[in-house]
Amino acid sequence: MTTLVLGLVLGGTYALLALGLTLQYGIARIMNLAYGEVTLLAAFGLVFLFQTAGLPPLVAIILIAPAGYLTGWLLYTFMMRPLVQRAGGKPGKLEVDSILATFGLLFVLQGIMLVLFGANFTSISYLDQGINVLGVSVALNRLIAFGICLVAGVGLIVLLHWSRWGLILRAVALTPGSAPLVGIDVNKVSRQGFALGTALAAVGGASIAMYQTFSANDGVIFTMKALIIVIMGGVGNVAGALAAGFALGLVETFVATTFDPGLTLAATFAIFLAVLIWRPQGLFGRRS
Amino acid sequence: MIRLAIALLGLVALAVVPLFVSEYELGLMIGMATYVALASAWALFSGQTNYISLATVAFYGTGAYTVAVLNESLPYPAVILCAALIGAGMALLVGLSTLRLSGIYFVIFTFGLAELVRQLITWYEVSITGTLGRYIFLDLTARDIYWQMLALAAIAIGLTAWTNRTRLGLALRAIGDDEVVAAHSGIHLARTKLIAFTLSATLITLVGAVASPRWVYVEPLIVFNPTVSFLTVIMALLGGANRLWGPLVGAVPLFLLFEWLSINFPDTYPIFLGMLFIAVVFVLPNGVLAGLDDLRARFGRRGK
Repeated sequence: MTTLVLGLVLGGTYALLALGLTLQYGIARIMNLAYGEVTLLAAFGLVFLFQTAGLPPLVAIILIAPAGYLTGWLLYTFMMRPLVQRAGGKPGKLEVDSILATFGLLFVLQGIMLVLFGANFTSISYLDQGINVLGVSVALNRLIAFGICLVAGVGLIVLLHWSRWGLILRAVALTPGSAPLVGIDVNKVSRQGFALGTALAAVGGASIAMYQTFSANDGVIFTMKALIIVIMGGVGNVAGALAAGFALGLVETFVATTFDPGLTLAATFAIFLAVLIWRPQGLFGRRS
Repeated sequence: MIRLAIALLGLVALAVVPLFVSEYELGLMIGMATYVALASAWALFSGQTNYISLATVAFYGTGAYTVAVLNESLPYPAVILCAALIGAGMALLVGLSTLRLSGIYFVIFTFGLAELVRQLITWYEVSITGTLGRYIFLDLTARDIYWQMLALAAIAIGLTAWTNRTRLGLALRAIGDDEVVAAHSGIHLARTKLIAFTLSATLITLVGAVASPRWVYVEPLIVFNPTVSFLTVIMALLGGANRLWGPLVGAVPLFLLFEWLSINFPDTYPIFLGMLFIAVVFVLPNGVLAGLDDLRARFGRRGK
């Protein structure tokens, strides 16, 4: 039961991270390897705002989310857009270029974080009294983080499926070639999709900072987990990413409690391998 | 034929250099040879096919760690052979599970592979053998290591030159150009990619194995340093990953730059390197050699 509750809480954060990544890859077609670094940047931002400015994390998140959107907007405009133009509609070229460019970005962001915050593990203590959930004592900060992920995740699904903007985003994700025919500015929408994904990464990072210890070197692991969830759920599939995120959180908590916390990444990879071998289109994806 | 002779002469010249240089300069030469070997081996697969492997250090570290584990129980040649076999086995495993699918899965898998291997070894050492960190005591001088590394670099470049002339090289280039077309021309995609990836990864593992005695003390955090993967890719790209001499042209200056940066800016050099990487992707997407060719073509046209 403990595993179940803790796993679901952890899975909520993972699902949120994966949603951001699937937006960036599904709509903007950018494979962002620096995604985990953006997440960490937001996590450090939250710690900084909490420790020096004394802002309560819940207020800080309200500031961090738009800051993430702005960062994503700038990144897309100045870094990704030239690559999109150069690729000239060839998806393979853009894929290789974006992988390489964001791989470079990963080292820049990681370097900046190491200089600013050092390589030590960081954590804050905020609302860490236990709350009884179905007979399991869960820290309040975890529950709040879970709540944030639920709100952001469900909000995104509602937005994508029942709003005009969501319809446009989905149109670009489905057929970027035909979207201009119905008067959609693909460049603008891609930028919005990328920025929205970055904002989700920032919210995810901020909620991680509320309950987990992290260090400037953890970016690769976050990116990796988000990527694996996206693939498990099927690329661009929001509901699939949510479900896969919860599944990964559960498996990871189970492995950490029954076997060894050092084996969680191995478990993640094992799932990845299994998905690759049996259902490369994703557990919830359609066969193409 | 003349090209081959020049290359061989260069190799001989490089082989006698250590007889005349200081210990520090020899260290630099070893570093350069290491990265030339790494970048050339990387380009052997990734440069031709556009399948970006981000797992250089996963293989490099595995090679180094194999030597660390086995150096007391087996003679040196046997240790090296074991490292090569382990590297090849790992490459087959990764290749078999990802190379049948589209390139993105391969990239993602290799992206996390180094971290996975590092965590697995750490977990194994901590919870099963109860130690973290091992010592390598081998009766090898810096010169011996340099000569071995030079040989590996020569093998990597020679192997690339040789595959370029065979059906395998042609098939790899076809895959890099257009995979669908390649499949329709009767190329067995998965098998071709698997062979090249295994060759490349085995060489990288050997580089790690040969380089390892320089450390004396080895632990997972030291040998699985992500900077190695990063440097290898940027070096190959800078020179031109699909050119025979491209990785060498990129590796030598970048290695020296890296040495200089890490001595003068020990804290901030990853930022500089990252920016340099982005700059290379933006300004010289096909590498310096291709850029030179473009320039030559432009001036040639103007001359006429």
